[in-house]
Amino acid sequence: MNHFESELEGLKKDFIKMWELVALQLKSSLNALASMDHEKAQQIIITEMEVNDLDLKISKNCENIIALYNPVAVDLRFVLALIKINTYLEKVGDIASKISKFVIKSGDPFYNDLINKTQTLAMFEEACDLLYDVMEAFKTNDAQKARDIFKRDEFINEINKTAFISIINSIKENPDNIEKYLKVIALNRRVEKAGDMSKLIAEEIIFYIEAKVIRHRGK
Amino acid sequence: MNKLESKQVNFYYGSSHALKDINLAIEANTVTALIGPSGCGKSTYLRLFNRMNDLISDTRLTGEVIIDGVNIYKKGINVDNLRKMTGMVFQKPNPFPKSIFENVAYGLRVNGITDKKFIEERVETTIKQVVLWDEVKDKLKKSAFELSGGQQQRLCIARAMAIQPSVILMDEPTSALDPISTSKVEELIHELKTKYTIVIVTHNMQQAARVSDHTAFFYLGELVEYGVTKQIFTNPNVERTQNYITGRFG
Repeated sequence: MNHFESELEGLKKDFIKMWELVALQLKSSLNALASMDHEKAQQIIITEMEVNDLDLKISKNCENIIALYNPVAVDLRFVLALIKINTYLEKVGDIASKISKFVIKSGDPFYNDLINKTQTLAMFEEACDLLYDVMEAFKTNDAQKARDIFKRDEFINEINKTAFISIINSIKENPDNIEKYLKVIALNRRVEKAGDMSKLIAEEIIFYIEAKVIRHRGK
Repeated sequence: MNKLESKQVNFYYGSSHALKDINLAIEANTVTALIGPSGCGKSTYLRLFNRMNDLISDTRLTGEVIIDGVNIYKKGINVDNLRKMTGMVFQKPNPFPKSIFENVAYGLRVNGITDKKFIEERVETTIKQVVLWDEVKDKLKKSAFELSGGQQQRLCIARAMAIQPSVILMDEPTSALDPISTSKVEELIHELKTKYTIVIVTHNMQQAARVSDHTAFFYLGELVEYGVTKQIFTNPNVERTQNYITGRFG
């Protein structure tokens, strides 16, 4: 392995560390939400600082590699993809943190009922699985595995749409609780966005492996 | 029509097979970079176009090397006239031990031009074309050796251009220059391609990516891949090209 390759390897190592941490954050926020565990939620908010530090470190290292090594072809695509995926992962970290804040603030059984009714947890579990599976696609350079993410993200979108319609109907029936309903809409939207991030990450993996830009196009 | 072309070109130094079945067509008014490791045949290929390899003994060529539709190795070709249409710039600046003015005027004089006014105008125009005029206009009679390396190289480009060739061949023209001079020469290449067809041999991958429209990758005398530079440096078709440009050549 030459010097440049070992630099890329070091970058990839940090990156996987960040990815595993973010995936764990998301999974923990799911568990915190399922059990409405304030302590667990608090821990996620604290760990977010670690995610932010890794985000800055990886951004800086990507910048250094471009400036010092002038990567081309597959190496350039790798670094460009990393820069984007890093941003998406950081956003997933934010989502986990915001969901944890929701858990801390909400002590009302009303939320538990609504979350169960709208299948938030099922959607959330799929979003967590997507993030782990897209990481596997990255680790193994498997473009097909990355492509599989697209279909599964649609499943999340469908649940979210159905949940939205259901909540709107509930608001019509019970307008006094509109604020609480809107909070659950926002919660579901965040979970759905976590799924979107995996889809965007999958696009970058395909770009890195196959040199194909597929965003804004039919998958 | 293609400006330069080679068809089934094989070239030998004695028993050494330096170029193997090279087929390549280069469009007019483009910059083509020839890349590849030392000894891959890229400079040999470049020198085919002004028949400079003729000066090396015990060499042999088969196939056709074509400029403007004419095989320049066919019988009856006037090599002096051929070299008038193919200016060449070398790795190290090699000004003549003459004044700045006379370096540029040299090609005109050896071609029998004696009109003083014409020569003065052509020298001025050419030095302006290589963006050197402001730096030398007050010292045209001074020795060319007083110029910096970068200025000398631009002077050599001006000397090549003074006889108004249609092709400029460059063999690692910036490898002996500092980054500022390199950048000036690269900028010049960009400007010149509107009027000339330029072929440049370079070991600098970033330079090839910056200045050329097309890139040809040579390895062990073979043309491995030829294509649009953007494609070669982002997603080459051949694995050997990718390994070379990413520094993983083994």
